[in-house]
Amino acid sequence: MVATALTGIDPGRIVYDEVLPARKPWAHVVEKGQTLRIVDLGGNQAVDFLVYNAHDYAERYSAPDTIRAQNNIFLTTGSKLYSSDGNVLMRIVADSVGRHDTSGGACSCESNSVRFGLDKKWQHACVENFLTALGWYGLGKRDLVSNINFFMNVPVTPEGSLEIVDGISDPGSTVDLIAETDVLVVISNCPQMNNPCNGYNPTPIRLIVWTDS
Amino acid sequence: MSEHTEPVRVIWEEVVPGGAYWSRVIRRGTTLRVTDLEGSRGVALLAYNADNPIERYNAADTTKIQFRIFMSKGSVLYSDMGRVLFSITEDTARYHDTLGGCSNRATNRAKYGEGDYPNARDNFLLALAKRDLGKKDIAPNFNLFAHVVVEADGGLSWKEGASRAGAFIDLRAEMNVLAVLANCPHPLDPSSSYGPGAIRVTVWDSPPPGPEDLCRTGSAEARRGFENTDALFVG
Repeated sequence: MVATALTGIDPGRIVYDEVLPARKPWAHVVEKGQTLRIVDLGGNQAVDFLVYNAHDYAERYSAPDTIRAQNNIFLTTGSKLYSSDGNVLMRIVADSVGRHDTSGGACSCESNSVRFGLDKKWQHACVENFLTALGWYGLGKRDLVSNINFFMNVPVTPEGSLEIVDGISDPGSTVDLIAETDVLVVISNCPQMNNPCNGYNPTPIRLIVWTDS
Repeated sequence: MSEHTEPVRVIWEEVVPGGAYWSRVIRRGTTLRVTDLEGSRGVALLAYNADNPIERYNAADTTKIQFRIFMSKGSVLYSDMGRVLFSITEDTARYHDTLGGCSNRATNRAKYGEGDYPNARDNFLLALAKRDLGKKDIAPNFNLFAHVVVEADGGLSWKEGASRAGAFIDLRAEMNVLAVLANCPHPLDPSSSYGPGAIRVTVWDSPPPGPEDLCRTGSAEARRGFENTDALFVG
């Protein structure tokens, strides 16, 4: 296990601590005041992330509102994750990487077929993971919106070009998010193998939730 | 239609006032032109597969598949199912935004103060309600006539010039597309005076794209997107 994973956490306050294998879906309700730490165990692993108001799933993460509110396309410490209704769902309170993407969205079988070849639609993809995890809560495709990609690097130039490039997270990189209200967090530990977002080698992540009281 | 060398059959044309919303199914084989008549300050667009609205415009796929955040002539708008909703076949505005999202009550209040200023999100909800769609069907939208630049540090800035009287964009429907327009200023438009101008919407018959079509042949990704789309209409 990566040595830095528990830095700054009182072990007595941990309420959840699991390793999510490469390529797998995950969903969990994080209560108001609890903090979720995502640990990039192997480095350079994209973590596709959606968040909903746990009491009203129609209120969900909004990438454009989040980008606009902070006037930046990258997320890092201090970024507030805004909902489609203008409320703050979570806030990034610590980040060892410095930038995370929220414009690139999630890979899907269908977009893979366009991006990499029609035969690639049979590969596993983040949208499949999202649909699996959303199904556990009675949610489905209408609940998908543009997501966050933690540990993923998607630079955009003033001329408007965009590309997905090598990640900037090392093994043990972490991001901490405190819940500002009760939220449902849905994660796909990205299985993409056709571009550098996972270093062509998807790896496990560790998910730790702790309470401040 | 003066830009066309051959006569076209106009199916529908009307003027949409500033602050209003408009929705219509744009059938495959027809084109929607949106003309900015007096400087609209941006127009928000949502697009769905009209035959199965669970398929909708996907801003993230549209940008990453084309490696660009600005859409213009030759670009296409992708759905979340690897298919093409609209091709941009003509465009005099040159800049249309994929990142900035739509105005809402809070953004309008912050810019214009208290008052009855129609916003894009509430307009979307009204238009969608008439189609038995709702809040869950609003994904990040496309913004016509909006030039939003991402600076090197990731910051956003609004550039003047894309929204101006006479500018237009032609959106050729590659499937039957439910289009929803909210003629409300872009949330990053810096003006503190609420005055969205009127737009004109024109729908006309347009032949299906041939093998040399600019949008279809723009990239390997575009070809595959069109292949996926054509498959909806075979047999």
